[in-house]
Amino acid sequence: MSDRRGVDRRGFLQCMAWTGTGLLWSVAGGVLSSRAIGVGAAEAQSAAASFSFAQISDTHIGFKGAANPDAMGTFEAAIARIKALDPRPAFLIHTGDITHGQKAGAFDVAREALKGTGIERTFYVPGEHDVFADGGAEYLNRFAAGRPGRGWQSFDYGGVHFVGLVNVLSYKAGGLGSLGPEQLEWLERDVAGLASSTPVVVFAHVPLWTVYPQWGWVTDDATQALAYLKRFGSVTVLNGHIHQIMQKVEGNVTFHTARSTAFPQPAPGAAAAPGPMKVPVEELRGMLGVREVTYAPGRDRLAVVDASLASSAAG
Amino acid sequence: MALAGTAVVALLLASPGPARAQQETGLRIEIKAHGYGIPELTVPPGTTVTWVNHDDDPHTVTSTGNVFRSPGLDTDETYSYTFTRPGTYEYFCTLHPMMTGKVVVRSGS
Repeated sequence: MSDRRGVDRRGFLQCMAWTGTGLLWSVAGGVLSSRAIGVGAAEAQSAAASFSFAQISDTHIGFKGAANPDAMGTFEAAIARIKALDPRPAFLIHTGDITHGQKAGAFDVAREALKGTGIERTFYVPGEHDVFADGGAEYLNRFAAGRPGRGWQSFDYGGVHFVGLVNVLSYKAGGLGSLGPEQLEWLERDVAGLASSTPVVVFAHVPLWTVYPQWGWVTDDATQALAYLKRFGSVTVLNGHIHQIMQKVEGNVTFHTARSTAFPQPAPGAAAAPGPMKVPVEELRGMLGVREVTYAPGRDRLAVVDASLASSAAG
Repeated sequence: MALAGTAVVALLLASPGPARAQQETGLRIEIKAHGYGIPELTVPPGTTVTWVNHDDDPHTVTSTGNVFRSPGLDTDETYSYTFTRPGTYEYFCTLHPMMTGKVVVRSGS
């Protein structure tokens, strides 16, 4: 329990830092009364303001395949798309596969470029492309230093509890995405003290529902994680990995997979194997994109809006 | 597919001077459509096996017993390992763990 409190306190301080910024921004924008987000995590339950955040996924920095000869260009287009969001998202979530081949410097390229969104804080979870070469050593050192566990995290913002899960660090031969017993135990404790009315957002790389086991598009112990979340009235699960939008509703849980900014993948079973899919050049940007998620107090479901890069290219 | 791959190798090995012939021509396993072209292979000790990635996705050749471990192989990149000791070597791709393969090293094979 002491570990968890440590995380909470850190999370609280981080929240305080953003709200301070948010408040300044609000004053400058002259909309202080309508966007009074000067509340910390401690008062988050009673926060009455709506807010939005953005999700970006599968940026695959370093991808040079035929499926997208200009993956850096589409990444930049995605950043521009997020920068144009109004109101500005409170923060950004990156659901993994930041890099393509975990080559030297790739994480830095991503982090530097994402500053272009104008959003101060990005929360990351790793994809298998970020950890396969070294078992996650570099990723954990860069993105999870000082936190207990192996990269998983939680924080509160605006009355919503956010949980970032890691399901790519225990890949075994013949295996699938997996959370592992240590993380599951942590999750159980992490949400134990929350009121069931607290909206919960879970983000992870590999889908937490069975999309297509034949291609490994599933997390083998996700059922256990979802069991801990079952009592909550509103659970939103955001994933990447499959480079296409899919949705599923299961009781109070809504699952959403996201597009990539680098290349599309085939629909489940529509090709011999998963992997980068070459499409006519004029169709490519329509299959890449970013996501905006808006929380409004009193609404059971968060509003999830996907925007393709085709629209930003036109604009 | 697995059976066919094994059969081809068995024929190769049945020809005279198998070890030398393999070293010259190279025993290659093509990686295609998220699969190892010869998922199960039996070779004599001293055989060098080379894996070639033909996918747009990177792959690895990673021994489950930590005997060998390729870096990420981009398109057309190769990885070679020389099997000196008899034994069964299972391996997989750390990016796509559904991809698995096995090399059996046996004297006199």
